[in-house]
Amino acid sequence: MPTNLEIAWFLIIGFIFVVFAILDGFDLGIGFWHLFTKGEEERNLMFKAIGPLWDGNEVWLIAGGAGLFAAFPLVYATFFSGLYLAVMVLIWALIFRAISFEFRNELTSHKWRRFWDFAFAFGSVLTAFLLSVALGNVLHGFPMDEEQNFNGAFLDLLNPYALIIGVLGVAMFCTHGAAYLSLRTEKEIQIRTKNWLFYGWIVYIILFIIVSGYTIVGQEHLMDNYEDKPYLWVVPILTLTSIFLIREFSSRDLNLLAFIASALSITMIMVLVGIALYPNMIPATDPNLTISIADAAASSKTLEIMLIIGLVGFPIIILYTAWVYKTLVFEKVQANSTSY
Amino acid sequence: MDPVILSRLQFALTIGFHYIFPPVTIGLAWLIVWFMTKYARTGEKNLEDEIYYRATTRFWLKLFTLTFAVGVATGLTMAFQFGTNWSGYSRFVGDVFGPPLALEAISAFFLESTFLAILIAGWDRVSKRTLWFSSLMVAIGSTLSGLWILIANSWMHTPKGYKPVYENDELVKVELTSFWKAALNPSSVPRFLHTIDGALITGAFFMVGVSAFYILKGENKRFAKECMKVALIVAFLTSLAQPMIGHYHAVQVAETQPEKFATYELIEGDGTGAPMPLFAILDPSSEEPIFRIDVPFPDALGIVFFFDPNHDFQSLDELEDEGWPLPPQSLTFYPFHLMIALGFLFILMSGLGLFLLKNDRLYNESKVSKLYLFASILCIPLPFIANELGWIATEVGRQPWIVYRLLRTEDAISPNVAAGEILFSIILFTSIYILLFFLWMFLLIREIHRGPEMPTQIKNEGI
Repeated sequence: MPTNLEIAWFLIIGFIFVVFAILDGFDLGIGFWHLFTKGEEERNLMFKAIGPLWDGNEVWLIAGGAGLFAAFPLVYATFFSGLYLAVMVLIWALIFRAISFEFRNELTSHKWRRFWDFAFAFGSVLTAFLLSVALGNVLHGFPMDEEQNFNGAFLDLLNPYALIIGVLGVAMFCTHGAAYLSLRTEKEIQIRTKNWLFYGWIVYIILFIIVSGYTIVGQEHLMDNYEDKPYLWVVPILTLTSIFLIREFSSRDLNLLAFIASALSITMIMVLVGIALYPNMIPATDPNLTISIADAAASSKTLEIMLIIGLVGFPIIILYTAWVYKTLVFEKVQANSTSY
Repeated sequence: MDPVILSRLQFALTIGFHYIFPPVTIGLAWLIVWFMTKYARTGEKNLEDEIYYRATTRFWLKLFTLTFAVGVATGLTMAFQFGTNWSGYSRFVGDVFGPPLALEAISAFFLESTFLAILIAGWDRVSKRTLWFSSLMVAIGSTLSGLWILIANSWMHTPKGYKPVYENDELVKVELTSFWKAALNPSSVPRFLHTIDGALITGAFFMVGVSAFYILKGENKRFAKECMKVALIVAFLTSLAQPMIGHYHAVQVAETQPEKFATYELIEGDGTGAPMPLFAILDPSSEEPIFRIDVPFPDALGIVFFFDPNHDFQSLDELEDEGWPLPPQSLTFYPFHLMIALGFLFILMSGLGLFLLKNDRLYNESKVSKLYLFASILCIPLPFIANELGWIATEVGRQPWIVYRLLRTEDAISPNVAAGEILFSIILFTSIYILLFFLWMFLLIREIHRGPEMPTQIKNEGI
């Protein structure tokens, strides 16, 4: 059984990935909708809505990776080497996306912009999909050798369970991106973003129900905690409720609440994942080889020092990130203004 | 193909490419703080100065942002590559090596990227003072990022503050025993000072070169002259400091990594009264020196590094007899000495520039001034090259160890990643990095041609 310190780190890593999914999630989603924009003005608006924020958002992913390395070196090693090709393509997509974002507006040429528009959308969707497929594979469980290294084939990663979670992830980020856009736009464009939200939401809620069913029926190793402690069923119910509320709030023009419901649904899904995995981190096809929190955790010395650093660092980070968001974000974007 | 060679090749390519960008951004970040300070101090009354400093700061900020973006994009790779390609390493050292990486993210990445957002988009929304503070946070953030990653790197060279963990009599991993001993290992401080000074040199020479370009073109006179002056002073002071810091670093290498030092300085025989090589040609196959010129006074190496003619260095032969493996000779020796040669060129160039400036001969359109300004433009890439050379010398000099005398590079790879997969990712990265490099150059040059955005009158008024 994991110690309290190890559980604390399991929660902190989870927290970092939740913040990443909420913050970078909306710009990944916007990447998808970017394909459906009409005209230069609307496309500029998309970019302005993300503004100079993507970089800070993406840092949460790096922090998650580095945190995993420090707190659970074994998971870091097994996860990233096991998903080698997928991670390489993911990094490639992230770089491609970052460049398109920085360089698109540098030239006014139509062809240049269209190319980077496409690169941005492609990079965003691929990123959202690969991240979700990776998580799907962790839930599904890795084929592992005695040394707890992934020893399956690449095609093992493309199992139906992971793939359907991949699509669910894309739908989740798309809904979230549309919710963010409807918060930051007005008039006709806002109406269009709310339609987008509806399309994304339908797929999101249907796939969530399908994946939940698939998990209950087909992934029994994830159901232990729910069987032992039936009160935990409140979590999936809350998740479904928060997904349901996104659309309810949006249709009543309560856009901030819709965005919050969307962020909450992402958080709840991560909580679901955490409960399904606990006390393990990467289930193995052969249960004896499963990597548990206790197996993977760094020494208590390292975890203690990191905990102190995290407890001092994260509140400060959250404070100034909130301040920057407040300064730069909380107003509607205008297509023709020069600022973001 | 051998997966060890391929993984090493990929790591060298990706980090070597990444390392083009952070030093110049660290250097520029501090220079931007200087101009931001000037801007923040302009009063309401002097509108002209206000416009001028605002445009000056924003111009350098633009070049900074472009470079920073490429640095972040290529840095992403680094955050995951230890896991993807070096899972053996990650399992072995994660307990000690992970914390500085996490600290880099927590203390630096958030700081720089978040406050950079203010500098990019906040000019009409926040006060001058807030802008100034944000620029300071960006500079501190980028420097802290350098600090933590260099601490992690230093630990690989001079590991301290850990205990080995054995399973069935086999060394399987290390565990942290003292965070401070690990962080402040013998090479951390000298490496940090040496690298950050290199970063300041890079930023300063970049600014000198760009300013020289405007002066030669007769554009943006006031702007170019002020930037030239500030950058020349910084370039000279930092270049002058580098041999002293380098000396401090080299002494530490001699004491803690004798194989590397002996390879740098071609120490043979019994190591006492060793000569100091100035120039040498190594045989490509045996890597033995076939031609060398030494500093023409006896016992030079001991005198220069330890102020002691009788200092007993550990020679290559002695180390080999003790059973320690030696690093590749050529790939350690040449970069090291080329870097030093460039270092002295930086002192000469910046010193000459200050001399010309002081005697009013830098802008008088004489042959000397034109030649100097032209040479300054050609000098822009040289500190970048010196950074890369230093990195090659220090990292190759640690081989065949990935963690000095603890873990061999060949034992650190991911055992389950096939050569074909690594080849694929190398192609993936090479293609996007080439694209990235040319885009960066293209946009940088275009931005320089465009120049700072301010009314012509303010631009050109001499100071």
